[in-house]
Amino acid sequence: MDELKQLVLDYVKREYLEEGDDRVVTETTPLISGGIVDSFSMVSLKRFLERKFSISIPDADASPQAFDSVNSIATLVTRFQQKG
Amino acid sequence: MSDPITYEERLKEFDWAIAERELGWKRGEPINIGWHCSDRLCRLGHGARPALLWEGSAGNERRYTYDDLRVLSNTFAAYLQRLGIQPGERVCLFLDRVPELYIGFLGILKMGGIAQPLFSAFGDESLHTRLENAQTTAIVTQRKHVAKVRKIRDSLPALKHIVVVDAGDGPPLQAREVPLALDGEPRVETFACFPSEAETPSVLHYTSGTTGQPKGAQHVHSSLVSQYLTAKWVLDLKPDDVYWCNADPGWVTGTSYGIIGPWANGVTQVVLDSGFIAERWYAFLQKHRVTVWYSAPTAIRLLMREGTEAVRKFDLSALRHLASVGEPLNAEAVLWSKEAFGIPFHDTYWQTETGCMVITNFPGMPIKPGSMGRPVPGITATVLNARTHEPVGQPGSVGLIALQPGWPSMMRSYWKNPAAYENKFKNGWYLTGDRASIDADGYFWFVGRDDDVINTGGHLVGPFEIESALLEHPGVAESAAVAKPDPVNMEVVKAFVVLKPGYEAGPDLELEIMNFIRKRLSPLAMPQEIEFTESLPKTRSGKIVRRILRAREWGEPIGDISTVMDD
Repeated sequence: MDELKQLVLDYVKREYLEEGDDRVVTETTPLISGGIVDSFSMVSLKRFLERKFSISIPDADASPQAFDSVNSIATLVTRFQQKG
Repeated sequence: MSDPITYEERLKEFDWAIAERELGWKRGEPINIGWHCSDRLCRLGHGARPALLWEGSAGNERRYTYDDLRVLSNTFAAYLQRLGIQPGERVCLFLDRVPELYIGFLGILKMGGIAQPLFSAFGDESLHTRLENAQTTAIVTQRKHVAKVRKIRDSLPALKHIVVVDAGDGPPLQAREVPLALDGEPRVETFACFPSEAETPSVLHYTSGTTGQPKGAQHVHSSLVSQYLTAKWVLDLKPDDVYWCNADPGWVTGTSYGIIGPWANGVTQVVLDSGFIAERWYAFLQKHRVTVWYSAPTAIRLLMREGTEAVRKFDLSALRHLASVGEPLNAEAVLWSKEAFGIPFHDTYWQTETGCMVITNFPGMPIKPGSMGRPVPGITATVLNARTHEPVGQPGSVGLIALQPGWPSMMRSYWKNPAAYENKFKNGWYLTGDRASIDADGYFWFVGRDDDVINTGGHLVGPFEIESALLEHPGVAESAAVAKPDPVNMEVVKAFVVLKPGYEAGPDLELEIMNFIRKRLSPLAMPQEIEFTESLPKTRSGKIVRRILRAREWGEPIGDISTVMDD
């Protein structure tokens, strides 16, 4: 797994899984539809991504689909990194 | 619309006895919500009818008939009795939307306990506040949430049992924890249902206010009368309907209209335990050929963002009635739903304290997009002058929405807080805490809250609880929490924070504090923006004047600042 995805995955596990929650979370695990990150918590995840990767994600692009897995988040981040 | 009976005809000679007769209940006889939602349907010959079609986030499915509900809720009730739980004790359900939540709710009621469902995303602090206030005896939860309970159990001596429904073969359970694998328990065919009476406490739902910690709105078994009838008349539920209520039973919508109303009416209800993804929701509606859908403005606005094209990919022709709850449904959403689904969402207004819908857009009644609708038959509603607490009388004048007390599902108390309860009644009226106007046709138009409570995504969050939690962060010296406008959620929490010396304001600290609150309280209570400031507006006595902060966020006049200290 590349470094970007690993960073995001580690953050999600650290911040959104309760201690004792032994679910396996990978880069393809549904985060929103799987109930790991709810729509209100998406704001803090978006804030983390913007800060960590020095990007700005417009609200219109911060959809539940875009945040539904580490893979889709990585795609989103890469898109906005390239926009500069 | 299936039922030709109009709103005006429903109003004529209305009496709650209509519902009592249909439920087969006479005043003075025992009444038990759990029994009426399961056993009664079996007695009427509907035991084989599907009651619950459940789907998990991974696509796994489970199916329960009314006879399954009857037997499994008996089994749950018997299990609680074997633990030694007594009638009147509070049993918390702290679960995702899994079948055990729905079945457990009925089981608790059948053995005479008081059901206390709590939103499973609550953090340990929010959980502790509510369990401690209710002196809860038992909590039913899952492995993924048990860590939160473990953090607080030592400070909850009244909490004797922590029931884990998915203990399985995992790590050993800890102190006070016991397993319950409902599917593996010997099924209890016959159970002596607790002979609850009309005024026997049934459900405790915690709700936030401006001041203090959340309060437990306590309901009784005869709330069934208005929950049954409003589900039938306002949601237009028929026996062959397939009904989907989006609300989590941790909130009152998810019990009144996600358990009690639909099952008392004998309909098939579907539940999707999954986060919001538009295509998943549409696929679910299509798959089950859902006919009646009770959703929320926040969800509808998220669906609007996906557009009508997303809807067209699915066959939703089975849908025949849509309703919405939690916050005012804006006119744009009503018009969009007519375009997208061919039928409009009908806004319904009510509260945790009211237990059932009170002002709604009634099936067949012309909708004025953006209006709350008209009082439900059996409810007398008005708007009062804020000073005199007399009806304003004049169409279009704004006042406090008030209801004449005495409908069946009106809360009977705030748990152990009689002063707060008494404060909800003025001049013979129950005050909702909301403001509205009534037009010349009798339609209500929502204006806003009368206090500082934040309505985010249809859920009320109290600023005091958030501010108290903020003060627990080592860097926070003072805090204030207000509502900020949001295009999807209507309002979100914004916090104003004065830092202690040595802490540097910035995005990293903002994110740290956001996550701190999200984990301690809930994602709903998490400030979606934090503004660091040198000082907060206060009165001479040191009370923070939230209204000034809120007015700035909404671009409204600040009003009288003569009592506000200058810095």
